[in-house]
Amino acid sequence: MARLLLFYVVLKPFVHGVLGLNVGRKDLLPRAGPAILVANHNSHLDTLVLLSLFPYRLAKNIRPVASAEYFLSNRFLAWFVLRLLRIIPANRAMLDGVHAALASGEIVLLFPEGTRGEPEQLAPLQCGIAHIAKSHPDVPITPVFIRGTGKALPRGDPVLVPFLCSVQLGEAMLWCGDKVQFMRNLERGFHELGCRR
Amino acid sequence: MNPALLTVTLGTLVLLVIASAAIVLLRPSSEGDELIRRLKTWWVIAPLFLMALLPGRAFTLAFFAIVSFLALREYFSLIPTRRADRRVLLYAYASIPLQFAWVQWDRYGMFAIFIPVYMFLLIPLRMLITGHTDGFLSAVGTLYWGLMTTVYCLSHVGALLLLPHGGVGLVLYVVVLTQWNDVMQYIWGRSLGHSKVLPSVSPGKTWAGLIGGICSTIALSIALAPFLTPLTRWESVLAGALIALGGFLGDVTVSAVKRDLNHKDTGTMLPGHGGILDRIDSFIYTAPLFFHMVRYLHF
Repeated sequence: MARLLLFYVVLKPFVHGVLGLNVGRKDLLPRAGPAILVANHNSHLDTLVLLSLFPYRLAKNIRPVASAEYFLSNRFLAWFVLRLLRIIPANRAMLDGVHAALASGEIVLLFPEGTRGEPEQLAPLQCGIAHIAKSHPDVPITPVFIRGTGKALPRGDPVLVPFLCSVQLGEAMLWCGDKVQFMRNLERGFHELGCRR
Repeated sequence: MNPALLTVTLGTLVLLVIASAAIVLLRPSSEGDELIRRLKTWWVIAPLFLMALLPGRAFTLAFFAIVSFLALREYFSLIPTRRADRRVLLYAYASIPLQFAWVQWDRYGMFAIFIPVYMFLLIPLRMLITGHTDGFLSAVGTLYWGLMTTVYCLSHVGALLLLPHGGVGLVLYVVVLTQWNDVMQYIWGRSLGHSKVLPSVSPGKTWAGLIGGICSTIALSIALAPFLTPLTRWESVLAGALIALGGFLGDVTVSAVKRDLNHKDTGTMLPGHGGILDRIDSFIYTAPLFFHMVRYLHF
């Protein structure tokens, strides 16, 4: 109940009112779990923006993978991200967490760059996503390219400044049987989305 | 309910119904979808604006303050900004509620000088504190230009509420005429336009569109003046011409900005129109010019 209220009274008005959001190809958003969303990562806002794309029915089952070191460092923040955002901490037990989430039909949100880089510049992708895809060959993986969040709330600056954000969704892909090829496909997917306006 | 507001509301409704019927019946093949999207957006923004006039001055001003915020946010998202200036942008945003508050508090003097004097001095000062001189001039210039256009110029629509017995009628007058002029210039230009006014800036603007727009806007400005304004017949002709020309100038000014930045539209907020700046660009000229004309002649 608290999450439902937060979703519609705080999150949605914040993303649309303070930031402003433009979504390209919203029809490519997964309509049911299990599914994986992979996105470029520039800001803490990325998770919130992606959550806001979904109706609450799906948003409540979204499990963002987030740094355990950072988010579990203080007790209040840990309560917030574990209870309200339901993150899967990115630590040694991460893969188990992801497998469990996908097995129970949830949508996993991954930032394969591993960290928030320079705005709109894609850092090299970590291959953890390939391991996950290999173990779940029939779970669709949707690439997402986010712009603007890195200007609104970049790494290393706690002050939020309103900027329009845009989210471009790509065609879902499946595990192709080969790790190198999979990572290459994923990178190409991101690159195409990054060129799309 | 204010009888003038009621008349204009009914008039707007009739126009929207006629336009919708025309699109459904004629089914223009080229750009048909675009026109339908545009009209759908009109069905949302026209009632929103008219409702914003109903509850009173503070509410109307809040409406325009929100429009200013959306326009400024769109502008800041469009231009290149330096990361070092993030806090300066917050100062610019923070000036919006104040600028409209001067109107609410009947402080014409502060309204007139707050952005051109105080914000003009404060923004470079705040930028100096960050200490980044690379791109200083272009940063302060682009940032301030956005503040002047999306906040200062637009706030002159709200400032019409400051004028004694001015109020809602004058706001309706300038907004309806400015939007009418946009639509008329578009329709005239589409139906019989060939030679372009400013081909290198805006290839869509033709002499036929401009002159047809001026004539249509003057016709409506004469018709509406007795209901909404204290203007005499000849003053209303002048107001119509000023709004038509000003609307054209505002439009091509923002076109030049878009060309410079390689964008077709300023945003995507208003389907069929583009961004919010694409819709309100005409007010950059019409709002201050009309405000000062009325203030000079009647108050």
